Amino acid sequence: MAQVAEKAQKYVGGGVLRKEDPELLTGRAQYIDDISMPGMLWIAIVRSPLAHATINSVDTSQASGMPGVKGVYSGADLAGEWADGLPCAWPVTEDIKLPKHWPVAKDKVRHAGDPVAVVVAETRAQAVDATEAVEVDYEPLDVVVDMEAALAPGATKVHDDFDDNSCYVWNLDVGDVDDVFNNAPVVVKERYRHPRLIPNAIEPRGVVCQPNIPQGEFIVYSATQVPHILKTMLALTVGVAEQKVRVIAPDVGGGFGSKLNVYAEEAICLAIGRKLGVPVKWIEERSEGYLATIHGRDVVQDMEVAADEDGKITGFRANLHADMGAYLQLVTPGIPILGAFLYHGVYDCQAYSFTCTGVFTNKTPTDAYRGAGRPEATYAVERIMDALARKVGKDPVEIRRLNFLEPFDEAREVITGLSFDSGNYGVSLDKALENFGYDDMRAEQKRRRDSGDTKQLGIGVSTYIEMCGLAPSQVLASLRYAAGGWDAATIRCHPTGKVTAITGTAPHGQGHVTSWSQIVADELGVPFEDVEVLHGDTAISPLGMDTYGSRSLSVGGVALHYAARKIVTKAKTIAAHELEVAEEDLEYDSGTFSVKGAPDKSKTVAEVAFSAWTAHNLPEGTEPGLEETHVFDPPNFTFPSGAHLCAVEVDTETGLTRVVKYVAVDDCGKIINSAIVEGQVHGGIAQGIAEAMYEEAVYDDNGVLMTSSMANYRVPSAAELPNFETDRTETPSTTNPLGVKGIGEAGTIASPPAVVNATIDALAPFGIDHIDKPVTPERVWAALQNAGGGSVEGRGTDTTAAGSGVGSADTPGGDA
Amino acid sequence: MRRVSITVNGVEHEAMVEPRQLLVYFLREQLGLTGTNVGCDTTTCGACTILVNGKSAKSCTMLAIQCDGAEITTIEALAQDGAMHPLQKAFHETHALQCGYCTPGMIMAGLDLINSNGELSEDDIRTGLEGNLCRCTGYHNIVKAIQQASGEMRSPART
Repeated sequence: MAQVAEKAQKYVGGGVLRKEDPELLTGRAQYIDDISMPGMLWIAIVRSPLAHATINSVDTSQASGMPGVKGVYSGADLAGEWADGLPCAWPVTEDIKLPKHWPVAKDKVRHAGDPVAVVVAETRAQAVDATEAVEVDYEPLDVVVDMEAALAPGATKVHDDFDDNSCYVWNLDVGDVDDVFNNAPVVVKERYRHPRLIPNAIEPRGVVCQPNIPQGEFIVYSATQVPHILKTMLALTVGVAEQKVRVIAPDVGGGFGSKLNVYAEEAICLAIGRKLGVPVKWIEERSEGYLATIHGRDVVQDMEVAADEDGKITGFRANLHADMGAYLQLVTPGIPILGAFLYHGVYDCQAYSFTCTGVFTNKTPTDAYRGAGRPEATYAVERIMDALARKVGKDPVEIRRLNFLEPFDEAREVITGLSFDSGNYGVSLDKALENFGYDDMRAEQKRRRDSGDTKQLGIGVSTYIEMCGLAPSQVLASLRYAAGGWDAATIRCHPTGKVTAITGTAPHGQGHVTSWSQIVADELGVPFEDVEVLHGDTAISPLGMDTYGSRSLSVGGVALHYAARKIVTKAKTIAAHELEVAEEDLEYDSGTFSVKGAPDKSKTVAEVAFSAWTAHNLPEGTEPGLEETHVFDPPNFTFPSGAHLCAVEVDTETGLTRVVKYVAVDDCGKIINSAIVEGQVHGGIAQGIAEAMYEEAVYDDNGVLMTSSMANYRVPSAAELPNFETDRTETPSTTNPLGVKGIGEAGTIASPPAVVNATIDALAPFGIDHIDKPVTPERVWAALQNAGGGSVEGRGTDTTAAGSGVGSADTPGGDA
Repeated sequence: MRRVSITVNGVEHEAMVEPRQLLVYFLREQLGLTGTNVGCDTTTCGACTILVNGKSAKSCTMLAIQCDGAEITTIEALAQDGAMHPLQKAFHETHALQCGYCTPGMIMAGLDLINSNGELSEDDIRTGLEGNLCRCTGYHNIVKAIQQASGEMRSPART
């Protein structure tokens, strides 16, 4: 096997084009709805139209006789199918209230969309038709929609088993918080509301279950981010031995946290597949998904900062109410806790307090949505930094510089007890200011203010930090999370020199196949094209913890790096044996072992892979084959950071607000693929702008979701969004040898406060210092009217006023 | 059931369809052309965009029987002899897709936009794509891809 010992190409760091693209671009991808099997039946779900009711009876007789119908099952009919309720893996406190959550409700429904019956039929249309013939007799109950009402004494209880609707109270206090706040010359307190958000991955969810009854085996295909977690949890919920369950995530069309769960329909498809012994399929309709797929955010924060007269901060105090919805899904209670340690942002302080009360309401459960807990934290911190700047008469940039943690390149403990891995916050901000043309923009702003322009300019700053790379298993244990935070990789060197890499991560748009190929190609000195990456099938990739929390590269990618190191270690032993030299006499560079001082004597990894396969001449004690697995449990989180600057133009006559310039400088440590990093930042910013300006799930007082479809929940299109100017600084992480931090959520975490701060800044001449997200034209216009002492035709949005209460983020009657 | 004759990607199909059969399910389930995706039920997301007689249309909001006698083009017809269409190539080169679910619809909408207009400004493209939602890319690179392909498709070198 002639090998040219030329220097291998380096792939890491560049914008290598994605391997995933050709099939996605030509319509050859295989998403869940593209899967079809002979004899397959369709499942449709009957859902409660009421937010809270007792089920008196479910009459399936008429539906059962409809064309093509093979079975209709009520919650009571299926009660024997469950070994346990749907899982919540994150009981954040010892005394948390953990309600039973059956996949199909038996005696009560607790939110609109709660499943009450399952129809199985020959075609998609027949199944849906029959759902309409299922007669459910409901006894309506009082509904709690608003968090404050839910916590009031005597409120209707979402779960009868518990004393009240308070799910848990979680607290972290560091330093003498009362003393710091009581004695601070300056204290600023504000209330921030985070509307309920609907994730809206463009691919709806779906499940196909393929049973092999004689063997008692089941393949569950699901549009999921978490095939490995799903396998274990489905085994426990449906009572199938785990070794008999194989979960496959096919091509998955986006997730953003909404597919990081164990859903009723996944359990239903497995149970019905087992019951009927034929393949079954369920595909979510979009409007159905608005009720049945988790929502995000829905948090109200009372945020306080204490400082001296110059604005030097001494303390942060945050008190949250977080709406759990009607049940606890996989990690519902833990979402606010993912932000619990970040309510001081990138700033120094002496005292810190965080308290969160989880509240049950008759609404769709909340859970992870891109950023999960960290956008909420960053928003509170970055909004209150601007409020503090106003209070002490400083520029928003100046107040941030005054309070930044000093640059550090070794892990540094901060007030919450976390160790930030590395950080240089001033340098990102400097670069962002330069790219933005900050002084020129301020000059333009002044010109417009002075001239009384009806198009006012506002500038918003957000210097964020996030905590990702989830996560050190021991830390997760201390936070009462039920699983570990490790991930795994296997590298298999084939005798022909080609390489297969198997990862425990579960990409759904992030381009892992490309980035992982870059890492392996560089480590082993093989062409990028010669690396295949397999994922998303628990039979092929048995070890993994999946994709969420910006963890894939900094945990799964690092596992891959270590597996490659193991390959090199074993290959070196074989190469030394074949070259008849000591291992110490070999040098390794880009896939080639050469003898020190005699570089013409060499072996490539590919050559060694062949030798390892023939096993004709291996050193004593060396096993044939060249394949290694590594499981990496990170020693720490990673802490990406950066500075985002946003300019908005507000039409003071109509309230219409537009982003006119957006500059992001992110620091996610070392880069593997620059194009993919930029793409993640773009998408994240877009989702953050959407949260800041457009999106809000609104319920009425009866618990009916008013924003019930994509037609009236406003996911922005290209027409609403600007171009993004992205740049980066690079402060390598000290958590892992690749120096990588993660970038999947940064944009969504950084951008909402940048946009809202900009909007408030534009309105400063009118004395306006607060508008809730989303800053819709109606809200901006109403704020302008109120500020001008004009008519009060617009609904008041002064949520900080006395007596306005905790309420809920999705204020009933708010604009949609 | 009604008999229809629909030409899809240059091939004429005689088929019996239920009157309520949506065009997108006719394409996906009867013809097996699963490249066209379904993302919503309110004609909002545009994942199902195809060309009907050369003009972009949302196939989730048309009945198959409405297309009797029509010529339909789907994403599967764009690449020729294993070579990607300039628009597909531009999406690839500018990283204009992530999960890929909106991509076929986005490309078909972009194709009509390019074919139906003269030179396209960034604003033209952004407004022209208003009916197609993407949740991954923030549209930044999609706009770039359509700009790039538009230039390439108009260049005399490609006649």
